[in-house]
Amino acid sequence: MQEGRVLSTREINRDLLRSILDTPRWFWPVVTVLGLILLVAAIAIGIMVNRGLGVTGLNRPVAWGFFITNFVFWIGISHAGVMLSAILRLAKAEWRRPATRAAEVLTLFSLMTAMIMPIVHTGRPWRILYWVFPYDFARGIWPNIRTPLVWDPSAILTYLTSSTLFVIIALVPDFAVLRDHTTGIAHRVYSVLAMGWEGNARQWKLQIVAGVLLSALILPVFVSVHSIVSWDFGMAAAVKSWHSTVFAPYFVVGAVHSGVSAVAFALILLRWCYGWQDYIRHEHIDALGRLLIVVATGWFYFLVMEILFGMYGREADELMVRQTQFTYWPYNFWFILFVITTYFIPVALWLSRAWRRNLWIMSIACISVNVGMWLERFLIIVPGLINKQLFTFVWADYRPSIFEYIIIGSTFALVTLLMLLFSRVFPLVPLYDVKEGDVLRTQVQIGRRTVPATFRED
Amino acid sequence: MARRPILGVFDSANSAADAGDGLRRAGIPETDVDFLTDTPYPEGAFGEREEPHRLYIFPFIGALLGLTSGILLTSMTQVAYPMVTGGKPILSIPPMAVVCYEGTMLGAILFTVLGIIFESRLPKLKAGLYDTRITEGYIGVLVNTEETQHGDVEAAFGQAGAVDIKRE
Repeated sequence: MQEGRVLSTREINRDLLRSILDTPRWFWPVVTVLGLILLVAAIAIGIMVNRGLGVTGLNRPVAWGFFITNFVFWIGISHAGVMLSAILRLAKAEWRRPATRAAEVLTLFSLMTAMIMPIVHTGRPWRILYWVFPYDFARGIWPNIRTPLVWDPSAILTYLTSSTLFVIIALVPDFAVLRDHTTGIAHRVYSVLAMGWEGNARQWKLQIVAGVLLSALILPVFVSVHSIVSWDFGMAAAVKSWHSTVFAPYFVVGAVHSGVSAVAFALILLRWCYGWQDYIRHEHIDALGRLLIVVATGWFYFLVMEILFGMYGREADELMVRQTQFTYWPYNFWFILFVITTYFIPVALWLSRAWRRNLWIMSIACISVNVGMWLERFLIIVPGLINKQLFTFVWADYRPSIFEYIIIGSTFALVTLLMLLFSRVFPLVPLYDVKEGDVLRTQVQIGRRTVPATFRED
Repeated sequence: MARRPILGVFDSANSAADAGDGLRRAGIPETDVDFLTDTPYPEGAFGEREEPHRLYIFPFIGALLGLTSGILLTSMTQVAYPMVTGGKPILSIPPMAVVCYEGTMLGAILFTVLGIIFESRLPKLKAGLYDTRITEGYIGVLVNTEETQHGDVEAAFGQAGAVDIKRE
């Protein structure tokens, strides 16, 4: 796994700080377009708040639609970053080095985007504080901790705070590099952020220990977040098809599947945008492809189990939901598309080494997974709600309105914009990590072959 | 006699390690020497002393405080407005466990981060002797010692092939 050439520190600084010290020509036009999309979405949200949720397709019995689907989707994407970074760091996987920062930053921005969704979904965003903030704003009424409405924010805010700190701590040595390569206001800002970092042995030792310690602490949080999201469904007493016991691990593995695919696609985009061919190499995308085969197969196992457990129970409500998913138009079409795009197309592509190393094919596979995973969340939520169940007195289908399409579409623009803006001010590939990889790199002579190798300190 | 810093700038890890050996031979205590790099080298690469730290204590303290906050928050908010729902007890353990768990982890992580900053001796408000070439791959050997020993230090740096020697 050492295919690239050894680069000098000067080259690494020049290449990886290029996104910060020089502005590519495409940057501002792309930012403007994304900004305009967000402006349209802000207007749509404004109209929705002003007129009420009636402008959306949400109604009884489908009270959760595109917004909650999108919320679960972005929470899922957010799982990749820290999971990828933490597990690979703990496993000391050498190929993690260029991928960790982008993955962690994708976690932050997708979590922030996910958090917007339930706020928009309430239709009365200002009331959120009354429901979740631990303070008795009126009449001594505190948030009800027996509801997932409180569990979700507590888990997501813990995850967001932890991930943000994880990113910041790992950025401190890179702030010092930026401090030494900038002048004027930028120099002063990076000096403050670097906190006087000088790179002595003690600081490096703490940085390495911190990486391992924080990884170990964040992993249980990451598992808890999507488990709690699955309990949002499990706690809804009236919808029988949401009570599967495998929901929590099924959600977690699904999140990893969509998230790691998103990270692979983001790395391909970064390589293309900033010309980082020497850093994000085919071997890295190949390794992610191989990891994804395992994750996808694990996820597929849980999908089959979830369906089997539901069907074997022979409960009428559960069977009705399955009937909707498998036989009713258009849900049967979405269901087939979901299974094919999430598992069969990408895994078939990832099985070939040549295709894993073809960035176009990898991009298609990763986008395919995320199209499928978005559909998966939609197919859990909407067919579960449209069926007549206990306390359902209105029976209607769900047709999302243009407002929902605009708002959902804008979330993709938001994450892209935030990633681009981040890359303008902070390095998206960790400089010190890449440099450390080059310091530890060597070659071993075995018989008549010279094999690339890496020293590893235990 | 005042203690003043002196910095030797080296272009390779081997010459910086040689400078470290030279300083030891000149009787400069290890505690007065720091190796400044732009990437983590394996511990002891320059023959430097081992750096003890107490970072592992921080997450435990944080977890304890987080758990306590979680228990207080969940129990007191339920007791403050004791409404029986579904015949369940006022202090319902499963939902409390969720919030307490998140509180515990948040406390552990917050304190770990504080511990990293504290144990790394950051923030360093007064900039010390430094050379920006360090982030270009050069290695700085920073010696903070009596001015009378600066001659020995410079000699050690010179013998090891220092690219530059800087004083405050």
